[in-house]
Amino acid sequence: MSPDPAHGQPPGPGPPPAAPLAHGSAPSPGLGPEAHVMVGNADLFVNWSRKSSLWYLLFATACCGIELMQAGASRYDMDRFGAVFRATPRQSDLMLVAGTITHKMADRVKRLYDQMPEPKYVISMGSCANTGGPFYKDSYCVVKGVDLLIPVDVYIPGCPPRPEALIDGIMSLQKIIMRKKNFGAKA
Amino acid sequence: MEAQVLFDTLKGKFGDAVVELQGEGCSPAFVVVAPASVQEIARFLRDDPALSFDSLMCLSGVDYKEKFAVAYHLHSMKHRHAIGMKAFLPRETPSLPTVDDVWPAANFHEREAFDLFGIVFEGSKDLRRILLPEDWEGHPLRKDYKYPDFYHGIKV
Ligand code: SF4
Repeated sequence: MSPDPAHGQPPGPGPPPAAPLAHGSAPSPGLGPEAHVMVGNADLFVNWSRKSSLWYLLFATACCGIELMQAGASRYDMDRFGAVFRATPRQSDLMLVAGTITHKMADRVKRLYDQMPEPKYVISMGSCANTGGPFYKDSYCVVKGVDLLIPVDVYIPGCPPRPEALIDGIMSLQKIIMRKKNFGAKA
Repeated sequence: MEAQVLFDTLKGKFGDAVVELQGEGCSPAFVVVAPASVQEIARFLRDDPALSFDSLMCLSGVDYKEKFAVAYHLHSMKHRHAIGMKAFLPRETPSLPTVDDVWPAANFHEREAFDLFGIVFEGSKDLRRILLPEDWEGHPLRKDYKYPDFYHGIKV
């Protein structure tokens, strides 16, 4: 694509950006209208494909993991959202921290997170991963929140959260992904 | 076998190393022994045909503030009887002989007692921390344990 300052700008008054193949502002000189449509919607296309295949790292360290398994199994079926589990961080887009993180585990959490390719997201599932939960007071071994180790995008409260709550968390993350600007000026 | 009969057998064989029978009416009652003789008594309890305590169900450390104790829970698959054995240790130098060559299962339990109470099992095959990270300082289940402020830069 030729660099054109107009391409990075959010479309002004006109059709909303969420409508695929909508014609935004006027076509740039020298390029056909098809080229413009492609750039104007590249963010939309990339974000849509990312949010629709959120492969998550299976990272269950305690009882919340049982609920995560339940959400992945046939009754709640997270595959519907394109979220399937991976057993390796190198194939994952999303780290679902489901359970208690101890200080002994902390180094491993960081290492797994570092191994994930960009763009990467983290959902902190359950009170333990959010704040230390039942171990907040008087525990020498539990990290008081996984956000002390890695950046977190979505927090899901509950001890444990029900699968519906987990799916809601995944849908919130999908909304966050759809707002991302990948091309042109960063919004 | 009755706890009292067992106690008398042990007393007859080991004399002063067997101190007293406590917790009668509890299940199981326990025999208090001198820490230095733990290993011989354990071997006798396992090998004697009338006792044959072939299973070490549990080995735990206890902190009584002024002293420590190690409690052994034994069970016999053959005779289906159980007994406890307890050794009291001074707080300053909590150490006693290992029983991991009598019951191999003792190793993990001893490592746990070492990790969380700092009780040293002399002659153990492999006495390392088992639950906490290798470079952790202190023994957290001691009643006078002070929490560290940070561990590897993360607030505790
Ligand atoms: S938040 Fe509750 S259910 Fe989840 S890991 Fe912690 S204790 Fe278990």
